[in-house]
Amino acid sequence: MSEPTKAPAASAGSRAATKKELPEHFKSYKHVWVFIEQERGQVHPVSWELMGAGRKLADKLNVELAAVVIGPEGESTAQAAAEAFCYGADLAYMVADPLLTDYRNEAYTKALTDVVNTYQPEILLLGATTLGRDLAGSVATTLLTGLTADCTELDVDTDGSLAATRPTFGGSLLCTIYTLNYRPQMATVRPRVMPMPERVEHPVGRIITHPLGLVEDDIVTKVLSFLPDRDSAKSNLAFADVVVAGGLGLGSPENFQLVRQLASVLGAEYGCSRPLVQKGWVTSDRQIGQTGKTIRPKLYIAAGISGAIQHRVGVEGSDLIVAINTDKNAPIFEFAHVGIVTDAIRLLPALTEAFRARLSPHSRDRIAS
Amino acid sequence: MHIVVCIKQVPDSAQIRVHPVTNTIMRQGVPTIINPYDLFALEAALALRDQHGGEVTVLTMGPPSAADSLRKALTFGADRAVLLTDRFFAGADTLATTYALATAIRKIGETFGAPDLVFTGKQTIDGDTAQVGPGVAKRLGLLQLTYVAKISALDLDNKTIEAERRSEGGVQILQTRLPCLITMLEATNEIRRGGMADALRAARAEVVTWSAKDAGVEDITKCGLRGSPTIVKRVFAPQARAEKATMVDFSDTPPADALIAELFKRQPKLETELATLARGY
Ligand SMILES: Cc1cc2nc3c(=O)[nH]c(=O)nc-3n(C[C@H](O)[C@H](O)[C@H](O)COP(=O)(O)OP(=O)(O)OC[C@H]3O[C@@H](n4cnc5c(N)ncnc54)[C@H](O)[C@@H]3O)c2cc1C
Ligand SMILES: Nc1ncnc2c1ncn2[C@@H]1O[C@H](COP(=O)(O)O)[C@@H](O)[C@H]1O
Repeated sequence: MSEPTKAPAASAGSRAATKKELPEHFKSYKHVWVFIEQERGQVHPVSWELMGAGRKLADKLNVELAAVVIGPEGESTAQAAAEAFCYGADLAYMVADPLLTDYRNEAYTKALTDVVNTYQPEILLLGATTLGRDLAGSVATTLLTGLTADCTELDVDTDGSLAATRPTFGGSLLCTIYTLNYRPQMATVRPRVMPMPERVEHPVGRIITHPLGLVEDDIVTKVLSFLPDRDSAKSNLAFADVVVAGGLGLGSPENFQLVRQLASVLGAEYGCSRPLVQKGWVTSDRQIGQTGKTIRPKLYIAAGISGAIQHRVGVEGSDLIVAINTDKNAPIFEFAHVGIVTDAIRLLPALTEAFRARLSPHSRDRIAS
Repeated sequence: MHIVVCIKQVPDSAQIRVHPVTNTIMRQGVPTIINPYDLFALEAALALRDQHGGEVTVLTMGPPSAADSLRKALTFGADRAVLLTDRFFAGADTLATTYALATAIRKIGETFGAPDLVFTGKQTIDGDTAQVGPGVAKRLGLLQLTYVAKISALDLDNKTIEAERRSEGGVQILQTRLPCLITMLEATNEIRRGGMADALRAARAEVVTWSAKDAGVEDITKCGLRGSPTIVKRVFAPQARAEKATMVDFSDTPPADALIAELFKRQPKLETELATLARGY
């Protein structure tokens, strides 16, 4: 969608389109596919999250769920396919070729479009990662089909269409998008948006291999080298058990220290809303929300954050959401579990001290005795 | 060398409001800006031109008022601006947008010289799909380098380019052939302040304005709403959770203590979990 904002006008004009029949040649398109993303031998967790979502869609449609595994020939790709069965795949399509060792758009686009054209899925899901977006855009354009990016909810309608929901421009709305007359219906979902399904030990099932059909000379782009990120450079925000975040309500970059201090006492990661990144108060890897990180902690504390939809979709998977806001009508109280209407600039230091007292080993001894 | 940079005019998101009753976006009076992500693409293009010579053409598809953004781009130092505007383009999704932009870039090539490079931003702040760049590349048969943090080498004689591309676990150093399309990562440079000369030139410059027909669009059904495989079926406000948030009452306890008591009452396991976590630090 390049202009979901056109929604109100578009929905009126598209009513005619909703009636159109699916063209005959698309009627054979069946089953739900998930692209299994692996880079340097590691499957990206978003692929398993998508298997969970794909399983639900497939069950609702009463069709099969297939994993599409593309990668170098050898152990890691075979292993990724085998794992897919533990995350609910009924079968796997596999394109394994030494030319697929590094991710390159040309080779991966060819591999994925070929398999799609040959085996014709009705739904194709990819992770909205740098790799997934690079690939999804090329594949959808090659196939001339629709692609809905960064979905937060996937469902099937009564008529079997994929209903892909994503936040739309403006701060508080969601829109549901359909690809009515084209197949496959493609969607991307960001990491951590869907819950990780349980892994269930499962023997390797049916694997259909498909050739890549390229030689190195066909691929123009060469990977000269790869510089892996240092572990210390990565924040663990997306996977943290406890997250404390601050928003514009904190009023100044100095006050953001209060968020860091509380996070530090709790052994938590800290995060922020988007305006703080735009103002340069906090680095962009700390942004939580639709265009930042999605988090699923056990405890999320949001201080001075209003709770716009783009922020909400990034935190909704948290077990316990606590909102501190001076405005009792702030939208964040619509989805928080616990709310407190008070000045965060005064509450945060008090909270830090109170937690420090309760959680210090000294106080634990006291509780124990 | 000829570089085409795709920029989009977008409403300034910081000032968007939603109508409390009708749940529609109130666009009236909202100022527009160049999509912030596109400025990194523009600066990268201008820097390459300064280094290697040549011209930078900025291109946008949008309403006639989008000429403002093109003019702004000229004040930063772009050499030429092309506005693609036609009611047939209205309501375009990604696929229809890439069709229109790719057609216009072909026409720009025929009219002003074939581009060696096409730049787009990483994503827009309104559409926000990050898919238009790859789509345009595919339609033009260009190689694509997405999420580029740095262009480390450009060899116009041998028609090769080397770039650092952000990937999930690190940085890929890629080499490919020109012409190619680059989507530029944010925060990789800072847009220059255009000089006086550029401002004067921009004020006088003519924005090349093309309708669908002018740009060489042959099949109008591939444009706008009609050319869009996706449709927006429903726009709605998110539901409040069924169960309301428990509001902490701190009339007779300090607020911090009242809040912590509520948390541990609600999730008794939390206290031991927090204690374990806190010990780790
Ligand atoms: C395409 C797009 C993508 C976006 N992506 C994201 C994203 O990924 N993440 C994100 O966060 N946003 C995102 N946004 C922005 C989002 O729409 C909101 O503008 C943003 O989340 C608001 O940030 P905020 O809550 O910090 O600020 P505000 O909305 O200004 O809220 C500040 C809050 O603080 C409260 N407050 C004021 N003083 C105090 C005090 N002393 N103590 C306690 N509370 C106080 C106020 O009552 C208010 O509720 C996106 C927007 C768009 C258009
Ligand atoms: N209407 C448009 N006109 C010109 N360029 C555009 C337009 N829409 C998108 N783009 C370009 O494509 C990039 C990605 O946009 P999007 O896929 O909407 O996130 C933007 O950063 C722009 O460079």
